Amino acid sequence: MNARFGDPLGEGRPDNPSRREALKLGGLVVAFLWLGGGAKVLGRAVAQGPVAAGDPAFAPNAFIRVGADGSVHLVMPSIEMGQGAYTGQATLLAEEMDLGLDQIVVEHAPANRKLYANPLLGEQATGGSTTIRYCWTTMRQAGAAARTLLVNAAAAKWKVDPAQCTVARGVIRHEASGRTVGYGEVANAAAQLPVPEKVQEKDPSAFALIGKPLRRVDTAGKVDGSLQFGIDLRVPDMKIATVKACPTFGGKLVAVDDSRARQVPGFVAVLKIADAVAVVGEHFWAAKQAMEALDITWDHGPNAHYSTEQLFKDLAEASKNGTPIPGKAVGNVDGVKGKALEATYQLPLLAHATLEPQNAIVHVRPDGCDIWTGTQVPARCVDVAAKLTGLKPETIVVHNQYMGGGFGRRLFEDPVEQAVAFARQVSYPLKVVWTREEDIAHDRFRPAYYDRIAATLGDDGKPLAWTHRITSGSVLATFAPGAMAKNGMDSDAIECAADLPYEFPNVKVEWVRHDPPDGLHLGWWRGVGPVHNVFVIESFIDELAHAANKDPLAYRRDLLQKNPRALAVLNLAAEKAGWGKGSLPARVGRGVAVAAPFGSYLCVIVEAEVSPQGEVKLRRAVAAVDCGVAVNPNTVEAQIQGGLIFGWTTALYNGITLKNGTVQQHNFNDYRMMRINETPALEVHLVDSKETPGGIGETGTVMAFPALFNAVFAATGVRLRSYPIDRAALVQGAEALKAVVTQASDHGQAQEGKV
Amino acid sequence: MIVLNINGESRSVDVPDDMPLLWVLRDVIGLTGTKFGCGIAQCGACTVHLDGAAVRSCVLPVSAVGSKAVTTIEGVGASAVGKKVQQAWLDIEVVQCGYCQSGQIMSATALLAATPEPSDAEIDVAMSGNICRCGTYVRIREAIKQVATGQKVAPQTIPNVAPTASPAAAAAALLSFVRVEDMA
Ligand code: FES
Ligand code: FES
Repeated sequence: MNARFGDPLGEGRPDNPSRREALKLGGLVVAFLWLGGGAKVLGRAVAQGPVAAGDPAFAPNAFIRVGADGSVHLVMPSIEMGQGAYTGQATLLAEEMDLGLDQIVVEHAPANRKLYANPLLGEQATGGSTTIRYCWTTMRQAGAAARTLLVNAAAAKWKVDPAQCTVARGVIRHEASGRTVGYGEVANAAAQLPVPEKVQEKDPSAFALIGKPLRRVDTAGKVDGSLQFGIDLRVPDMKIATVKACPTFGGKLVAVDDSRARQVPGFVAVLKIADAVAVVGEHFWAAKQAMEALDITWDHGPNAHYSTEQLFKDLAEASKNGTPIPGKAVGNVDGVKGKALEATYQLPLLAHATLEPQNAIVHVRPDGCDIWTGTQVPARCVDVAAKLTGLKPETIVVHNQYMGGGFGRRLFEDPVEQAVAFARQVSYPLKVVWTREEDIAHDRFRPAYYDRIAATLGDDGKPLAWTHRITSGSVLATFAPGAMAKNGMDSDAIECAADLPYEFPNVKVEWVRHDPPDGLHLGWWRGVGPVHNVFVIESFIDELAHAANKDPLAYRRDLLQKNPRALAVLNLAAEKAGWGKGSLPARVGRGVAVAAPFGSYLCVIVEAEVSPQGEVKLRRAVAAVDCGVAVNPNTVEAQIQGGLIFGWTTALYNGITLKNGTVQQHNFNDYRMMRINETPALEVHLVDSKETPGGIGETGTVMAFPALFNAVFAATGVRLRSYPIDRAALVQGAEALKAVVTQASDHGQAQEGKV
Repeated sequence: MIVLNINGESRSVDVPDDMPLLWVLRDVIGLTGTKFGCGIAQCGACTVHLDGAAVRSCVLPVSAVGSKAVTTIEGVGASAVGKKVQQAWLDIEVVQCGYCQSGQIMSATALLAATPEPSDAEIDVAMSGNICRCGTYVRIREAIKQVATGQKVAPQTIPNVAPTASPAAAAAALLSFVRVEDMA
């Protein structure tokens, strides 16, 4: 997601009064601002009152506050959902301020997109692997500004040169005299000083925290059950509901017979909205039992006969006859002579299946509304609640919570919107908890894709022409319509396809937009655009290597000569995996993939074994990663490990299918997750890099698919161009089912490979 | 009234016989460390101990508990093995979102209490009922081995939480999502 989303809803929210309140308090506040075209710090020191009177030009969007008691608070925009964002941001600040990580209290930012918009997303959102990328400069500059002010204040007090002062754990020391003073004691004085025009962040050689495997700040309460996620909260007088929305997307509720449900002990009420029912109980079990006892009549609506077959038929048709929007054009792909290959790839809808099911507690009162939920988009939760209740936005408070996984699901506020629609019908706080079945059936699905990709190889086997036509619905068009390009292009749809790591003389990349019917909602999913494109590209590069009779790794190495960072991770992974060394047993193969998603460079090599029955087992995997400076190498490793497993899970098992407009997967029995016994030995090697940090949270997932499928090809000779893995096609001896890269005839007429 | 022995305390609850122990713990007693993930014994998020054995509380009717000792994640640290498991989890930083980890720790503790030095195959059998959507399996395996062998088997993280703060207090501080006007 490189897109800048702008302010899609175009509203001007009144300034959050709480911001000014904060500025009235004593101590030093350094507020800072992300500016267009790149984040930049606006250091601003404030003491008692000067800004409280109102300074409209001053609208910072994050704060560091050094209290007179020496406490250091960081109010920041990115939320924690397991990716280590809190720790990463606090580490940058602690580094520049010479504090221990334990000395910083991190706080969720309140819902206010004007103050807390993520500059890479243009929205108060955590996603697109952007947290460290946008914080890298800003947070360090803000920290350096705060440190400079505090040290200057101490130096002025002692009448010494600030350069003769050092800081350790928030204590300033004048080396020559041995005098010391804590940050808190000079905070008020520091606030009177002018903010330095320019501050110098630390030289990387002086980093004490950045680059160290510091323990995350949010984990202790996650191993003893004390930390509460949104689903764990209990507020006084609340009742608990579970919901059922019309199983056919786009359908409506007609009638509910609750006579049997009323007999369930603990039953409280049945609530209805246009397309869903909620049953309220004294506890979740009562609500669920009563839900099962309801007789519900649905109007299945216009999509009652819609199916996955229809979806792919429509995409294929659009790919053929729709209007392509140009994404990238280099040279001219037409008329290039050589060995021509073409293939079609087809990717399914996907659910997020965060382990914590969707939930929210909503209390609607005549004078306001409280919402307790874990969300990646707090400001949008306020928007929908204001719209449904008619309450003023400033009376709606979102209490953001720890999330049991996000992966893009919590960038969509529909569960909160639904909870508000039910909660406004009752006086008590209503806790809405979705069942797993509801969570899977009513997700915002990762779009399905239909890709036609072709290349013409020269005599040396290298591509002379590369053509890639992507066909899909658009997430961006609904999430942030203002961010669509003027020509209708969705930058996410072509991310990593238009900016290949390889250089080819003639390239044409284009996108055909084809949205699914109304009511079938699409959403961001871990890896967003790149997770689709890199699978197709790196699989097809593999096809080309085999067609050219080259080793797939050597083939890539040849093509990456002008891309040193990509080349370096390729070589590192090859060395660590022992590529080309030793002999592998029958039906065991190694696959490689290399790419540069989200500003990082990765190469992953997978060794997989395919049983005679077509079951795929991962034996071993090696990842080489250049993500620039690794702020916390331990977190980077964890995200690569987890991201890969997230991707392999999908490759092996997942795909949402529809029949009669209804999702056919229900729970973890038929939307399976990889388990520990299926997890391969997994090594992650980091390149020691001084480059600006790239994103990391989604990169492993992006790489997982092509590396695994290329290994399956190496093991079996079967090229899979869709997922989840088609085990029937991998059964030993099932020659008829084998797909091959089909070669175009002399007249350029291409056949399509199996999809 | 049903009387339960939970983490060494006796608790009386007035609930239907068929109510799964999970919802009694979470919604009636208020012990929310035990999580709901699937409700059909597929994910292990709801794992608790019954007389030391790991069970899925989402499919265990409360009436079937009887006089057996129930241990939840809130109480597992009282045992030596449970404490070691929690520490290993922190030392090599197993946790990502953390939602599955109550169940993972309960399963791992039950395994290690019964089989102090489990083989890889035994680890797989004991832990394969616990899904981690964040994909922390590599480190779960390492943490179990760290407890079993007493040796550091993976890079250790550097703790940052002030030594004076208890894990619960640190979590509470983080969780307070202080609104800006509350900052003081
Ligand atoms: S909630 Fe019990 S196993 Fe998933
Ligand atoms: S840590 Fe998130 S589900 Fe396991």
